[in-house]
Amino acid sequence: MTGRDVVFALLGVVAVGAGLLVVTTRQLVHAALWLVVSFGALAGCYLVLTAEFVAWVQVLIYVGAVVVLLLFGIMLTRAPVGPSENLDSGNRWAALAVALGTAALLVTVLVMGFRGTKLNDAPQCPDAASCPAQANGSAEHLGEAVFRTWVLPFEVLSVLLLAALVGAIVLSRTDLASRKDR
Amino acid sequence: MLEVVVKLVLVAAAFAVLPLLVGQAEHKVMAHMQGRLGPMYAGAFHGWAQLVADGVKFVQKEDVVPAAADRRIFKLAPAVALVPYLLVLLVVPVGPHGQVALDLGPGVFFALAVMGVGVIGAIMAGWASANKYSLLGGMRVAAQLMSYELPMVFTAASVAMAAGTLSLSGIVEQWRWYWLPWQLVGGVVFFVAGLAELRRPPFDMPVADSEIIFGPYTEYGGLRFALFLLAEYAGIVVLCALTTVLFLGGWKGPFLDGQLGWLWTLAKVFALAFVVIWFRVSYPRLREDQLQKLAWAWLVPLSLAQLALTGVLTIALA
Repeated sequence: MTGRDVVFALLGVVAVGAGLLVVTTRQLVHAALWLVVSFGALAGCYLVLTAEFVAWVQVLIYVGAVVVLLLFGIMLTRAPVGPSENLDSGNRWAALAVALGTAALLVTVLVMGFRGTKLNDAPQCPDAASCPAQANGSAEHLGEAVFRTWVLPFEVLSVLLLAALVGAIVLSRTDLASRKDR
Repeated sequence: MLEVVVKLVLVAAAFAVLPLLVGQAEHKVMAHMQGRLGPMYAGAFHGWAQLVADGVKFVQKEDVVPAAADRRIFKLAPAVALVPYLLVLLVVPVGPHGQVALDLGPGVFFALAVMGVGVIGAIMAGWASANKYSLLGGMRVAAQLMSYELPMVFTAASVAMAAGTLSLSGIVEQWRWYWLPWQLVGGVVFFVAGLAELRRPPFDMPVADSEIIFGPYTEYGGLRFALFLLAEYAGIVVLCALTTVLFLGGWKGPFLDGQLGWLWTLAKVFALAFVVIWFRVSYPRLREDQLQKLAWAWLVPLSLAQLALTGVLTIALA
């Protein structure tokens, strides 16, 4: 067990612990803030796995945008200081089963796909610009993987997101429905 | 090892001194633009020690937490607002040949991501104060961040595309003078969006004193309030440094790049900081809907156009 393994395990414990606090805390805004801790620890995990680019994008998108959006939504609707009642859903046991099932599925896929794979470490190079592009998590490696090998799934995903975007606009525009009634 | 320690000490010193210099410059520049003298007595020479005196005053004040507030988050918020800017300063290169505390590969994304985290501090402060004006301010902060982060990331990506690297020192090394006209639109959009993210005038809707007292910071006093003020000035330094590095060629100047690189960087940072102060004196505050419209109807399309222009020219020149 190397120092890297220990750090990874500790960050994992923080991420899972903060995730548990997200669903168990009785204070709505605290749940969103624990989510920040969880995402931050996850970004740390990516860093330990040498995926620097993914780590910072994780912080930029999830901490900087998604959590801020969540906080905005919570503050816009109901954000009392102090514990709230009725935060527990009646479906939580079903949710737990689904969560465990998803986790089991993902772990199985990862273990079957990547068992025995070694991280291709970038050597400590003097300046980042001249680092070999083969380092696993470098932006170059990731860009080549996404835009060469996996470009079709990437494009399909972007169409899916576009569809979701158009759907959201249609759902939020009440004037569209009234025009049809006329 | 010694080199790393020296660099960290230098960054800490810059973090302690530069925001105060910008703050003092704001006092004096605003005063002279308005036909006043500004602070004149503290420290005897043109009031140079005014902010030191302010700091001493803030430290002596009582540390008040409102009874209805969420104590832990209320006390944590100033730190969350301030520390990210310190982290960004670590990756800003001031000169050639590794004059940077930490040369990260994806430095651009690190800087933008960590700057975004700082805004959570203001949102936390707005919510934890248990005051409706603070809550309104916090919501305005959140809405502002969500609109203005996108053009910032787009324009930074445009520079990264032109340079072919995500490293901040790599970008400055690739920089040529003709990038000034080429990336002009991107630079303006980045700077304006950054001002909005820092909630500086004319984008200071979240702290609009005529409507919501002082927004998220209404309930703060003493040292914690001073930390929020410091975060604002540190934010100005960080934004000006990033704009310098990404769009103005960082340490490159007309002569003596190698020897005086850090001086060029500092000169550009302070020139931009002057513009930030100038904006505060010249423009009235934007209304909330105008603020959102500026982001979505102007900055996002402009940044997308810049991105397209950069892409086309990069391919054509390659």
